[in-house]
Amino acid sequence: MISSLLAQAWTAPTIDWHAIAPELVLIAGINLVLLIDLWLDESKKWAMATLTGFVMLGAVIPVVTLAVLGGDVRDAIFDGRYVVDEYALILKALFLLVGYVVVLLSQNELEEGGYYQGEFYVLMMVSVLGMVMMASSRDLLSVFVALELLSIPAYMMAAWRKRDVKSNEAGVKYYLLGVFASGVLLYGMSFLYGTTGSTKLTEIGAALSGDLTGMQVLAVVFVVAGFAFKISAVPFHTWAPDTYEGAPTPVTAFLSVASKSAGFVALLTVLYLGLYGADEVHGPFIWAMAALTMTVGNMVALRQTNIVRMLAYSSVSQGGFILMPLAVMGTGVAESSLRAVVIYLLIYAFSNLGAFAVIIAVARKTRSGEISSFGGLMSYAPGLGVLMTIFLASLAGIPPLGIWIAKLQAFKALIDAGSTSAYVLAIIAAVNTVIAAGYYMRVLRQIWMSPVPDGDTTPISPPSSIWLALGITAAGTVVLGILPGLVLRFADLPDLTGALGL
Amino acid sequence: MQTITNDTWLLTVGTFLPLVGVLLMMFVPASEEKTHKQIGILTSAVTAAVGVYTLLRFDFDQSEKLQFFVDSEWITVIKSNYTIGLDGISLPLYFLSMVVTLLVMIYTWDNMPDAGNPKSFIILMLVLQVGMAGSFIAQDLILFFVFFEVVLLPMYFMIGVWGGDDRQYASLKFFLYTMFGSALMLVAFLALFFQTGAASFSFAHLMEAGALIDRDVQIWIFAGMFVGFAVKVPMFPFHTWLPDAHTQAPTQGSVILAAILLKLGTYGFVRIAIPMLPQGAKAWAPAIGILAVIGIIYGALGCLAQTDMKRLIAFSSVAHMGFVMLGISTLTDFGINAALFGMVAHGLITGMLFFVAGSVKHRYHTLEISRLSGLLIQMPRLGWILGFAAMASLGLPGLAGFWGEFPAILSAYNPNFGLSEALFRTLMVIAAIGTVFAAAYLLWLYQRTAFGRPNPEFEQSAHHPVGAGVNDEHHDVDLHDVTKIEWIAWTPFLIAIVVFGVYPQLMFGVMDPAVSLLIERVGAGIP
Repeated sequence: MISSLLAQAWTAPTIDWHAIAPELVLIAGINLVLLIDLWLDESKKWAMATLTGFVMLGAVIPVVTLAVLGGDVRDAIFDGRYVVDEYALILKALFLLVGYVVVLLSQNELEEGGYYQGEFYVLMMVSVLGMVMMASSRDLLSVFVALELLSIPAYMMAAWRKRDVKSNEAGVKYYLLGVFASGVLLYGMSFLYGTTGSTKLTEIGAALSGDLTGMQVLAVVFVVAGFAFKISAVPFHTWAPDTYEGAPTPVTAFLSVASKSAGFVALLTVLYLGLYGADEVHGPFIWAMAALTMTVGNMVALRQTNIVRMLAYSSVSQGGFILMPLAVMGTGVAESSLRAVVIYLLIYAFSNLGAFAVIIAVARKTRSGEISSFGGLMSYAPGLGVLMTIFLASLAGIPPLGIWIAKLQAFKALIDAGSTSAYVLAIIAAVNTVIAAGYYMRVLRQIWMSPVPDGDTTPISPPSSIWLALGITAAGTVVLGILPGLVLRFADLPDLTGALGL
Repeated sequence: MQTITNDTWLLTVGTFLPLVGVLLMMFVPASEEKTHKQIGILTSAVTAAVGVYTLLRFDFDQSEKLQFFVDSEWITVIKSNYTIGLDGISLPLYFLSMVVTLLVMIYTWDNMPDAGNPKSFIILMLVLQVGMAGSFIAQDLILFFVFFEVVLLPMYFMIGVWGGDDRQYASLKFFLYTMFGSALMLVAFLALFFQTGAASFSFAHLMEAGALIDRDVQIWIFAGMFVGFAVKVPMFPFHTWLPDAHTQAPTQGSVILAAILLKLGTYGFVRIAIPMLPQGAKAWAPAIGILAVIGIIYGALGCLAQTDMKRLIAFSSVAHMGFVMLGISTLTDFGINAALFGMVAHGLITGMLFFVAGSVKHRYHTLEISRLSGLLIQMPRLGWILGFAAMASLGLPGLAGFWGEFPAILSAYNPNFGLSEALFRTLMVIAAIGTVFAAAYLLWLYQRTAFGRPNPEFEQSAHHPVGAGVNDEHHDVDLHDVTKIEWIAWTPFLIAIVVFGVYPQLMFGVMDPAVSLLIERVGAGIP
């Protein structure tokens, strides 16, 4: 048997090294950090953060060169199962940038807490590698591998404060529900493969047109539900608040932005390439999930007194807005739905990370996660106060700050679809925008209008790494809000929809 | 739409100039309060000077055309452009916003609200000015929406930080109401965009293509816009945020709110909702008229029941904006002219009343009408100014208020486009009764506060020399008549009220050509 295999002439596949250079840089970086960490003296561990930051930025370089030189889509790698197109590149850049900002945010927290720095950064880079791969995956297997690659390190990162019960709870909950979700997803995928005979998404897409069999319907539902866990859509969101609250805050920032975006990217790719013909199944399913997610997320967020928990629920509800355009993708607005989701992910990342950065900066002084601990922030740290105002106002969708354009795009896709159900969803979303403003404003009210809770008005001086993170996120939030054309250009995504012949 | 592309830089500079001041102030430490006030006054003065230059350059013979027109790319992907221009409808409001900001800034010089921190306060006012001016020049729906929303946060903070005791409740109420309105409005805007073929967000295009939409669809889209603009106006039954916001806001906030922010709503009706959806407007006109008249009567009755002077003025705003909306709902040339005039007049008069209320509060530390009396004896000049503004507000002929109310009532006699005459004539009669109420509550207010002997509570401190320094101590009442700064800030208001009252043609002449064109366009869209 083996001898007969060996007898066949084997030719090495041509590999487009440039196309997979970002992944290669990350892999090299992971090994480098791992090795250096072994021999590095404990007192010099801070260097790991810097090194990881450089690796992240280093991996952006090939992304940029690919974008500039690219031109045509590179899909020759692995038989079209791993594609580097504009869609993949902009998302890779996003994940790497988010990774960089999270490194900036974690630096001091890890240093001061005496946590395992080297290991943390290695795991984070592995997770980012998974995300970067996710952006290019066009096959059920590679989607799944990327998903596990990005999730498993995240389970451990959530439990990083290992002597803290809450952190352990966060890790365990995230792990158990995450694994369960993977199981559901894998089950659905096996049905898909069984009924279509392929794992390649474009081939599944071709086979799934016309009437679906019962098995296929089940498969679609399972796959979408599996991803719904990852993006913490209601009713699959129950892990999110506990995990977000218990995990170290930088990890929470990472989970609520990067990990969630990666889940959305996976969902997008699978929906657009593989399940496009099954929109009669997933359309109503996603419609209901979007409506529930934004409403339930908001209702519960209104009642939170802990700011991280509030942001956790707010990010659940934002997820509903991101899902919203996908509910109507099958009704002739595929392109604008896709654009709406990608734009939302890009801008949401800036605003949400920024809000977490302010929380980290303030918590360094107040050592509290209560919303009331923000009282009177304007009087002793006006810079942080104004920045938090910008981030929260953006999350509330107030122009001209970042997310307004994303919300506009999402509404636009719905109204473009023009069906009654789309209009109903748009009205639900409009009402939810107001409810969301209610709790964002509550934080702003503390910042601007309440007295300092304990009368301690020593100014806050965050370390320079946090300032840098704040600068990046604030610039992104403001600039993209006023000149959204800068990223809207990238969201012209003929590559993904082009595959469908739309 | 015909346009004139002269001095294309003018509107952009005039609108965004306040941001230069904001930028400067960011680099000055908050402790240098005087510097901040100086920068604030200087910036708004320069902005107002640009406004005056705009007036000079404006071609009044062609006021129906958009002038200083600019149309450059902004967000091409969603087909929204940076399209700006000014015509006879927007010019008075655009200029008013600049002047009001300048005068309020001057007033702030020695009337900083108790919470202090002029740096943030002035920065917020300047940002507010950008949003207000921008809303009046925008000729693109998305651009308009952005400017319309920019005013939201600064006003929220102004009320919430520098306001009265109940400020947090009032500010949140203001914010959520407005947010709710604008969310539905945005949905309506997008629906309009797609129903017109998703080609462009520019006003000119939407006015042409909007008229061709099916009547039923127009009615739905109009409903969405109606909620958005009616909250801002505010119309009954969306008005409940207004008394709270006005009463709690600092004087500066109340003045800006009354003079400009409320006008964004009525302006939206005239500029966007009605010309773009003529059939929707016609279908909704009776409802708007009825709600407007309910607002007139309800506002007046509300005034009669108030015990707080500032709250009374706030309720009178509901009534006055009712007259404006009645004028708009007739869809006549006459009525909309009256409404636009009424907007400016109400801005000047109610702004003035809020200034007086602020000064009364500053001196007596109370606005309880029952505790105030004898203003004319203790502070004759302030008392006379209050009387003057009250007369103007009740619509005394010869003062600006008259030309907003009287033609609006008159226009209801003959509504346009076959609207029910019986209904509108009934509304006319009720609105006319409303003016009697207006006289009643304003004169009663004046009688209670200005006439009679001064309240003994405040008697002994009246011996202080008139015009003594500003009093910052809370319980030591220091009564002094109108100060120099107050004179500087108020005189332009007083002069404008008289000038527009005596010679209303000054404004009607500018607005009428643009309004006629608008009505013509609406008429073309109604089969």
